[in-house]
Amino acid sequence: MRAFLPAYEMETPRDLAAALGRMASEPGVWKPFAGGTDLMVLLEAGKLPHKKFLNIWNLQELRGIEASAEHVTLGALTTYAEVQRHEILAREFPLLCRAAAETGSVATQNRGTLGGNIANASPAADSPPALIVYDAEIEIVSAGGARWVPYDSFHSGYKKMNLRPEELIRRIRVARSAAGWKQYFRKVGTRRAQAISKICFAAAARVEAGRIADVRIALGSVAPTVLRAVRAEQILRGQQPGVAALQAAQNALGAEIAPIDDMRSTARYRRNVARNLLAEFLEVLAG
Amino acid sequence: MKTRVIGKSVPRKEGREKVTGRARYVDDLSFPGMLHGVTVRSPVARGRIRAIHFEGEIPWHEFTVVTAKDIPGKNCIALLIEDQPCLAAEFVNHPEEAIVLLAHHDKYLLEEARRAVRIEIEPLPGVFSIADSLARKEIIWGQDNIFKSFHVEKGDVDGAWAGAGFVVEGTYETGAQEQLYIEPQGMIAQVTEAEGVTVWGSLQCPHYVHKALMILFGLPRERIRVVQTETGGGFGGKEEYPSMIAAHAALLARKSGRPVKIIYDRAEDMAATTKRHPSRTRHRTAVSRDGKLLAMDIDFTVDGGAYETLSPVVLSRGTIHAAGPYACPNVRIRSRAVATNAPPHGAFRGFGAPQSVFALERHLDRVAEAVGIAPEELRQRNFIREGQTLAVGQVVKEKVDMNALMGRAFELSGYHAKRKQFAAANSDSRGAIKRGIGFASFLHGAGFTGSGEEYLASEVAMEAMADGTVHILAGSTEMGQGTNTIFAQIAAEALRLDCEQIKIIQPDTAYVPNSGPTVASRTAMIVGKLVETAGLGLLKLLMDGGFLQPGYTAADFSRACGEYIAEHRVLKSFVKYEHPRDLHWDDQKYSGDAYGAYAWAVYVAEVSVDTRTAEVRVNDFVAVQEVGKVINPVLAAGQIEGGVAQGIGFALYENVVWQEGRMVNAQMTNYVMPTSVDLPAIRVYFEEIPYGRGPAGAKGIGELPLDGTAPAIANAIAHATGVDVRRIPITAESLLEMLEAVHA
Amino acid sequence: MPERARKIRVSCVVNGSEASFEAYPLARLLDVLREELKLTGTKEGCGEGECGACSIEMDGALVNSCLVPALQAQGAKIRTIEGVAIGGSLHAVQQAFITHGGAQCGICTPGMILAAVNLLARHPQPDDTQIREGLSGNLCRCTGYMKIFESVVAAVRRAETRA
Repeated sequence: MRAFLPAYEMETPRDLAAALGRMASEPGVWKPFAGGTDLMVLLEAGKLPHKKFLNIWNLQELRGIEASAEHVTLGALTTYAEVQRHEILAREFPLLCRAAAETGSVATQNRGTLGGNIANASPAADSPPALIVYDAEIEIVSAGGARWVPYDSFHSGYKKMNLRPEELIRRIRVARSAAGWKQYFRKVGTRRAQAISKICFAAAARVEAGRIADVRIALGSVAPTVLRAVRAEQILRGQQPGVAALQAAQNALGAEIAPIDDMRSTARYRRNVARNLLAEFLEVLAG
Repeated sequence: MKTRVIGKSVPRKEGREKVTGRARYVDDLSFPGMLHGVTVRSPVARGRIRAIHFEGEIPWHEFTVVTAKDIPGKNCIALLIEDQPCLAAEFVNHPEEAIVLLAHHDKYLLEEARRAVRIEIEPLPGVFSIADSLARKEIIWGQDNIFKSFHVEKGDVDGAWAGAGFVVEGTYETGAQEQLYIEPQGMIAQVTEAEGVTVWGSLQCPHYVHKALMILFGLPRERIRVVQTETGGGFGGKEEYPSMIAAHAALLARKSGRPVKIIYDRAEDMAATTKRHPSRTRHRTAVSRDGKLLAMDIDFTVDGGAYETLSPVVLSRGTIHAAGPYACPNVRIRSRAVATNAPPHGAFRGFGAPQSVFALERHLDRVAEAVGIAPEELRQRNFIREGQTLAVGQVVKEKVDMNALMGRAFELSGYHAKRKQFAAANSDSRGAIKRGIGFASFLHGAGFTGSGEEYLASEVAMEAMADGTVHILAGSTEMGQGTNTIFAQIAAEALRLDCEQIKIIQPDTAYVPNSGPTVASRTAMIVGKLVETAGLGLLKLLMDGGFLQPGYTAADFSRACGEYIAEHRVLKSFVKYEHPRDLHWDDQKYSGDAYGAYAWAVYVAEVSVDTRTAEVRVNDFVAVQEVGKVINPVLAAGQIEGGVAQGIGFALYENVVWQEGRMVNAQMTNYVMPTSVDLPAIRVYFEEIPYGRGPAGAKGIGELPLDGTAPAIANAIAHATGVDVRRIPITAESLLEMLEAVHA
Repeated sequence: MPERARKIRVSCVVNGSEASFEAYPLARLLDVLREELKLTGTKEGCGEGECGACSIEMDGALVNSCLVPALQAQGAKIRTIEGVAIGGSLHAVQQAFITHGGAQCGICTPGMILAAVNLLARHPQPDDTQIREGLSGNLCRCTGYMKIFESVVAAVRRAETRA
């Protein structure tokens, strides 16, 4: 435990308005602290430069899952465990449930939150690809108001996001439009549980009369941010899920991702596996 | 021979404490006035220390600061030799080498202080591979970077090539492996005028620590005391390293006048302490047209890191095991342990044999392929039998039937049918999942090599109390493998009592004799035998004195103890190891009777490889071994299961990423061991041919599973994919490239 | 000297009893349990939420106590290994670990038992997959997990025969 604990402060605001007020009064000074599964790891390694936190764990305004005809809206503090337990999510959003089930372990799933995962902005996170496929939108609030932004433009670069210091994520909204689509999720990690992703592939497609009418593909760990594979999607739209479409789509995918060599894996591995997972996805569509 | 208690799965002696959280590990202990200690380490692999700066806004006057100058005796951690400094004085030779020690009561401030010490080091060029060390790009140790070398010669290797049907060569490599005991290293030390130096901590060998502290402090034996606390795993990682951390805690305790506790966090433990020696083995094998081994020329090198520590002994075991359980008339083994600028490598379960056995068992599958016969046929044509000689010239005097072990392993695993079935299924190129089944056949010598046990001269004492409770006093440590329980069983068997009446005294050098280190698969076979003998000795005292008659009950025994003690004050039996007179070993020629006994095994691994991702899954694992006598079935099976799990990690998951001698993936997130969903059912089967010199016939088993697991998996992957595996760990990245090459 | 935050006072329920302690707000709950409340059964194995040796139950959910800041323990109901046996009576899981060899060195055992007890509360009759997944956040270096699974299965069977 390498942090100098006396230097760290945390307060518990009584409600969301109070939290936002605190953040607005000293922008950038107070950071929200949810389940701690990312921040505490940094703290223990002595690598948490930020010193003042607002405990938002108990803010009811950030909890709860609601469904309308077109969307499911999740509070930012929805934990991975809660995602897996929700009936509509289990039925219509299997990619998100798979991502939740494959993040960390039972213990981290009880404390890790969707909002925290997004705010941590790691390109290796497992929920973001699923969120991209489900056309997620993020509700950002501050003392000054609230706005919805599409999630796929939320991350501006490696570990960066379009979130001002006085803002926090209140809700995440996913579209129910992919219910009934064929869906595919695969995380390739260092082992089968509690693994950081080497590559994560989430995809859904609507197949009509043997052709890919529409498709959404997103990947993690192959770029500085979560990546929507728009070029591969373009190639596949309207095609039959067969060999010709596959090879063109694989080439497009290989060109639009930017994997790196790091401690866990190599660019070459990630690129080749991305291509292979696309092939597996197409097999699912054809089958 | 029918036994009462031996052979039964008596519950673990300290089980209740462990399942209730009451077992006390070193970090659970706290002493009044205790300070915490931390270590400031070298950031570079090699260099000359220019200056040490104490910076930051730290109240340095509150701190105890120790450097090499504060060492009262010799600045070394004594082991085989005295080349490793306790604290670097002028030169550093590996990343994370300890330079400064700090103590303070506030452990958070202590970390701030650690960050505020800046060590100015003028870097020197380092050596980071076996190849570079042998090439002598820099001389970093001794005259030639070589800690030790061996040369084994049997028969006439040079004359065999001409008449060979086939000659097969190959080079095989294994990487470092971190022991990853779940309890990190830790020590508490106290130094007082009255008692001298006392340390409590997580360790395997109290007397190793004792000796090292004597030399570091320049104090006589009775002024140093080492106590083992409940130890959360060791696997060899706590064989030699605890002497270093004990020395550090003791130096801080001496200077501060207060007890000092040093507990490593996981990152420090992984980066700074010992790992399994990386290895490189070259095989050149002559075989006849019909698959008889004619000659084996083996070249075996291990990377020892920056200081000698135990490298000569690791090399020794790896060398002796390099030619396996086969009868080959002509064998040459040339081996060496070399220095690199990495933290010294050290003991890890298997201790050199996993490295050389991986190479051999992978190589022999390739030899079989060259000959055009099945891998098991090659083994069957060459398995050693009683009366034949191993590579070092030891005549096998045990009843061994490797063919029978193999037959049983194959039957249990469905090997033959699966071999055919998988090959057929794999030939359909559309399937993304390829399946394979492979095996390894091997042996593992128990006890110290050659004259090692004679040199150790281990001792055990047994003392009975007036109420009939019997105490076992031994320096052997419990670290999960079951020492406490099997010693109790052995004593209970010898004394015809129940295990509840036997108490194992906590290993404390003030009270227990030196039973040798808890390593080398020797605790059951060698020390257990001493326990048995001590028990019989205790009985003899009672019976010769007329206090006890044959056919006694437990109540008779207790009464007899009371009466004996009333008359003689103490009822204690003391035993010292006697080396069997028919075991002869020549240290110069490195030949003769290497081990008193061997365990023999055949392991079978079934794998599936997803060719899309090169992920390997072990689907089934069968481990068959002949071990003399199983003292406690649950504990023995637990040893094999755990060892196989570590072997699976060694083969597939555990990859140390090095950058100029530093482990850069020193977190559990990035150094990956198998979880409960990564492992198959591990199916364990024992054969028992009692070994006359083991307690109730038991031989050693602790390290055995590390030898055969990785090569069985590598051979299974080769069967599944056609990939010629030459190194472990088999990472998905490397396997994907090899798969692409096979298909190209 | 870096600026020092004040310690806070936290009240919660630990193993059925009221507990109160002072700690820095971001002190790890793991350290608070061990050092302030002297409950040393919960262990540190990695300090990064990977090994599960620090597993406890917080408001009925299994969590890694090395990742919970002390401030967030306010008002929580916490169970540690010391709270698993009731009176002197071992929980079926604890008894099974002794009988079936589920504990070797014992350092992962408290966390493993919490994870197993928590699993059985959620799935009283877990299949092999559920057992493996329920324990996948608890690393054991000694056993290869086999006898841990056997212990959990034995505990389930014992509960079944009693029901």
